[in-house]
Amino acid sequence: MTEEIIIAGFGGQGVLSMGKILAYSGIMQDQEVSWMPSYGPEMRGGTANVTVIISDERVSSPVLTEFDTAVILNQQSMDKFESTIKPGGYLLYDPNGISRHPERKDIKVFKIEGAKIAADLGNTKIFNMVVLGAYLKMRPIVKLENVILGLKKSLPERYHKLIPLNESAIKSGMESIEEVA
Amino acid sequence: MGELKLMKGNEAVAEAAIRVGTDAYFGYPITPQSEIIEYLMAEKPHERTGMVVLQAESEVAAINMVYGAAGAGKKVMTSSSSPGISLKQEGISYMAGAELPCVLVNVVRGGPGLGTIQPSQADYFQSVKGGGHGDYKMIVLAPASVQEMYDFVETSYDLAFQYRTPVLILTDGVIGQMMEKVEVSEQKPRWTDEEIAKNTPWATFGKKKDRERNIITSLDLDSARMEQHNHHLMRKYEEIKEKEVRFEKINCEDADYLLVAYGSSARISQKAIDLCAEKGIKVGLLRPITLFPFPEKEINEMADKVKGILSVEMNAGQMVEDILLAVKGKVPVEHFGRMGGIIHSPQEVVEALEQKIIGG
Repeated sequence: MTEEIIIAGFGGQGVLSMGKILAYSGIMQDQEVSWMPSYGPEMRGGTANVTVIISDERVSSPVLTEFDTAVILNQQSMDKFESTIKPGGYLLYDPNGISRHPERKDIKVFKIEGAKIAADLGNTKIFNMVVLGAYLKMRPIVKLENVILGLKKSLPERYHKLIPLNESAIKSGMESIEEVA
Repeated sequence: MGELKLMKGNEAVAEAAIRVGTDAYFGYPITPQSEIIEYLMAEKPHERTGMVVLQAESEVAAINMVYGAAGAGKKVMTSSSSPGISLKQEGISYMAGAELPCVLVNVVRGGPGLGTIQPSQADYFQSVKGGGHGDYKMIVLAPASVQEMYDFVETSYDLAFQYRTPVLILTDGVIGQMMEKVEVSEQKPRWTDEEIAKNTPWATFGKKKDRERNIITSLDLDSARMEQHNHHLMRKYEEIKEKEVRFEKINCEDADYLLVAYGSSARISQKAIDLCAEKGIKVGLLRPITLFPFPEKEINEMADKVKGILSVEMNAGQMVEDILLAVKGKVPVEHFGRMGGIIHSPQEVVEALEQKIIGG
């Protein structure tokens, strides 16, 4: 099994940390992982993306131009990455802030009202965990218990009190994902 | 098995530096390697092992601090990215001349000049053909994973002290910035004064009355003695060429074509050979792990088995010259690589192989 994922959105949405937690979850279940960010003169509000690969085998190229799954969180990223999904692949997006919805017919498309759910839960910072939950429902490649272990490893100890909040956000995401096409 | 961590390549170098018992790190920040000094500052290794971490006032100051500490028999390292490594070249040449061990890390960015902060492999010539002035070489290791970034720190110290030479870890923004699984080793203590006296009897660690003084210098105005010193250095480099070549071969057994690539380009090429296999084209990958010494014998042997060789590097064609020297005209050799901080995709590598070698 190899899952090649692009997660793309605005800087500040938690794109990179969502990828990091996913990668850590892979390590927790003995898989090989890589996490390759777009780096450069980027800032809050600019675009940010990360390529995460989780595999049973040694990961070859950490840099890819086509993906099994794309998680898309703003319009610029939709324009850039919708076409890079392999036929038969998966697209997950948050319709909030999207003006042009996905048009591909040869992929499976899901949506998650991540921003709205996070606001309803009273903490917009857990937006990325809602999206992560939706992703895990769509692509159950890592077990929830390993995601929680991954959270523990990637968060400094002083934030461990926030793990239950993150876990409930992940579960909300799992429950709220909708298949579009 | 050691603890598993998810780390950036830059962080892995820094953590390894602490755990192998480095005495001092002197550096100056520059993208895309600033995480090395940031991580070292945040970890406060002085409290863990007594290791000194200092941000110098410039790259030139940093490399001369390395010279001083290395002369005293200390395990010392510095890191930078391309323009900063250019600034350090004078000091590196002096250290090669004075036969001082140290570990250098270059997380390469695109050039020339200030260039770009995005990844590149355009410092190959600078790394393996001298860089600074004078007849010298240094051992150059090219990690292709975050685990190798970690492991090669200790390897570099071993080689640096065995041969009394600077050792360079040559990597780029891809390996420096990406995170992968790393198995970290147990903390090793720094050398004690007694161990330094035993391991580096040539160093200037404080003279007692029982021996002659040690002198650390690259200067000798007596030409006859200087030529002897040059011959001594050349014999050392010949010994390194004989004993320290490292490389990895992937799918080379029955390959019709060969890719040669190091570091991040080797990872991309590994995906490219998988894509070729899906098309029914048998392609192998030879990954030099040491760039000096270069695996010329192994590449020459592969030239007897394949129909053509493509050098894949993120530059205008540098390592390809060493491949041409190794192959001695037996088969066609071509170069492919993007520049300016653009990372070639596995698909582009396949297309280049088809156009330049298979169809060529």
